[in-house]
Amino acid sequence: MSDPQKGPAAPPVVDPERVDPHEAAAAPRRRFDASAFVPTVVDSVLAVVLALVVGAVLIVFSTERVLGSLPYFFSYPWDFFRFAGEAVGDGYAALVNGSLGGADALTRTLNRAAPLICAGLGVSLAFRAGLFNIGAQGQMLVAGLAAGYVGFTWDLPTGLHALVALLAALVAGALWGGVIGLLKARTGAHEVITTIMLNNVARFVVLYFLGLEAFQRPNSDNKLSPPVDDSATFPAIGNLHLGIVLAVLAALVVWWLLERSTLGFEMRAVGANPDAARTAGMSVPRVYVTAMTLAGVLAGLAVTMTVLGQQNSVTDQVAGTVGFDAITVALLGRATPVGTVLAGLLFGALSAGGLSMQGAAGIAPELSQVLQALIVLFVAAPALVRGIFRIKGRGQGSSVEAKGWGG
Amino acid sequence: MSVVDAPARSEAPEEQVRDRADVRRQVRLVVVFALAAAMVLLFRLTTDSFSVTYLLEAQRSADSQPRSLDGSLVNWVALVLALAGVVLAALNRVPRGGLGLLLYVLVGLSFYVAFMAWAFADQGEGFQASISNPIPGTISIATPLVLGALAGVVCERAGVINIAIEGQFLAGAFSASLFASIALSSLAFIPLWLCAPFGLLGGALAGMLVSAILGLFALRYQVNQVVLGVVIVAFATGLTGFLLGQIPSESTGRLNNPDPLEPLAVPVLSDIPVIGQALFEQTILVYLTYAAVVVVALLLFQTRWGLRVRAVGEHPKAADTVGIKVNRLRWQAVLFGGLLAGLGGAYYTVGSSGAFDKEMSAGTGFIALAAVIMGRWHPVWAALAAVFFGFMRNLGTQLSLVDRIPGDLIGALPYLATVIVVAGFVGRVRPPAADGEPFVKA
Repeated sequence: MSDPQKGPAAPPVVDPERVDPHEAAAAPRRRFDASAFVPTVVDSVLAVVLALVVGAVLIVFSTERVLGSLPYFFSYPWDFFRFAGEAVGDGYAALVNGSLGGADALTRTLNRAAPLICAGLGVSLAFRAGLFNIGAQGQMLVAGLAAGYVGFTWDLPTGLHALVALLAALVAGALWGGVIGLLKARTGAHEVITTIMLNNVARFVVLYFLGLEAFQRPNSDNKLSPPVDDSATFPAIGNLHLGIVLAVLAALVVWWLLERSTLGFEMRAVGANPDAARTAGMSVPRVYVTAMTLAGVLAGLAVTMTVLGQQNSVTDQVAGTVGFDAITVALLGRATPVGTVLAGLLFGALSAGGLSMQGAAGIAPELSQVLQALIVLFVAAPALVRGIFRIKGRGQGSSVEAKGWGG
Repeated sequence: MSVVDAPARSEAPEEQVRDRADVRRQVRLVVVFALAAAMVLLFRLTTDSFSVTYLLEAQRSADSQPRSLDGSLVNWVALVLALAGVVLAALNRVPRGGLGLLLYVLVGLSFYVAFMAWAFADQGEGFQASISNPIPGTISIATPLVLGALAGVVCERAGVINIAIEGQFLAGAFSASLFASIALSSLAFIPLWLCAPFGLLGGALAGMLVSAILGLFALRYQVNQVVLGVVIVAFATGLTGFLLGQIPSESTGRLNNPDPLEPLAVPVLSDIPVIGQALFEQTILVYLTYAAVVVVALLLFQTRWGLRVRAVGEHPKAADTVGIKVNRLRWQAVLFGGLLAGLGGAYYTVGSSGAFDKEMSAGTGFIALAAVIMGRWHPVWAALAAVFFGFMRNLGTQLSLVDRIPGDLIGALPYLATVIVVAGFVGRVRPPAADGEPFVKA
């Protein structure tokens, strides 16, 4: 993972000239400094290897054939090792094949990565402004409803229809996210509470609308919308739709916003130390509202990948677990745009590969979730990984990165 | 709402210049009481027939037949009380302290009854649903939430952010089911009545195991604790789902089929009318929950250990300077929190329904986390926040019996109510100063 933050023109997180020295001194305690945050490539690779090793142990002890060879392990251990090796080999071969082997697999990986990247960017952006956004799920649900409604009821020419549906999703996501920022800015309500609660509210709002005649599939009583019209779908090559391109574009925009714009500078300043930012004349409430609105926009973009990209019908499950996985993606990506894209691709691959692991090797799909968690865990704890592999670190031992509740 | 919105602050007795916070409090009270009055009036205007029935128990049974309630009278009482509140607030004569609390409780309670009378009125022909006692339902939803919230409070008071409550719930639920099932089917030396409590032991151990992961990475390897919590939830969700999938269907009966805990009636207390049976004919886990609230509050605020825990959560360096072993204390707090959350998770299996199911805690760990923040990191307030949530959730269940409000909107009620309470009454909260900061001894 290369470091996007060390560009020569990267502004300092807090402008020393405009900030009271006491505030500046307090800043490092809370800062979310990306440059100290990026692990070396070695650490990341070793973390993945370590996660795969733990995963292998789980595979070994969940394969019946292997367990069956345990009773006679001491008389004929070769069976155990052979079966174990085969089980692990088959499982991971299926994982790689299902995610990277061939055009179909790659398409699946990219299609799964695209929403993760977008939603992850939303979480990252809010993170940089010092907000812990657990609300991607709710923002996605509401946005999916909006995109779906425009997609399957309005009648517009191809292309324009998709664009309008996309805009509807972005606006709905922005509103749902913006409310969080507004509540935080106006009343101080903690965003962790409000996002969790609004996630659930969003689910019931979606269920309510899907219960209305206008949102339901004709001749169906299920809470399931029709798929969007063909004129509202994203252009696609084979099965690979526009989503991944949009995701990369979004990452570029977020990068520009955070690293090159005044607004982004203010966001990072507020994220680093709201008191210092306020002293420097920035409007902290405005930053909170903007950051959460933009996070909502990105979450809205994420859900268009499934609703408009794959023409999935809108249900209360339309966001899947993307909203929560996005948090992990953002954290693995160290809340930087480039990191989020890479982490999103990795998670997309693991999720696509997890499916074929189940199909080809009969391994439960939850294993890929366990692998994802382990990878993030080990990436976040370089000291542990180095200790296990007996690598002499660069003397830093452990990286002290902390962030409290903020606010 | 009345319990939560009572502000327990003391303003300086200045006559001339009024604090802005004081003015804001008055405005808020006027608005709240006026809203309550307006809604009660609306209930009156939209009701045709006020005949409503109610039950003092949770369910209809042979010896608890519905009795009739005079909805009109209830509505008048609520209206008068709410208007009295408006007048008092407008004159800035709302008493502080106990008397004020009494006013809030009265208005809140009468509003609740008036609301229920409205919701259950005009049911038309056929089966008449009755208003039932909300306490049993509230307790059953709130029990795991309270335990989870206490776990969060203990950890975070010591300066370790615990987002992993959901993970501890899942691990606790799974392990409790496993332990209780194994005890039931294969450990002949355990008496039958001890099998389910044995499950509680399993739940507590699993919660502590998850806490140990939290502690290891947060304290030993100084991983960002927000990242860590999210990851542990994902890990526990995946692992419990994976392990559940590994239980072959023929041995489900042996490994995932616990007997739920039996309710035990507390001798005298369970005979109290209305609340007795609801509160004191519960499983041992519920009694443990009651005890846990008291114990955690006492531990944190009355013992030396608690003082030290709070010290390392606020200012670890200072605590270290006077010779307190910061990380050892944090380890103790994290493990104790894991024990509580693991018990909370056990509620989902041995405490209520029985067998473990994938992701069965369904996000309640995050609700518990919200309760921690809503309760301002105080065990009693956090527990009350959890109970409030349980109450609203139970209210939603009750309202789904009648069709005054569309069912899906009722589902959103507890969550919306929490947002309103947090935005309107709790406001800005201040976490323990060193929450989430690893301590490295210089």
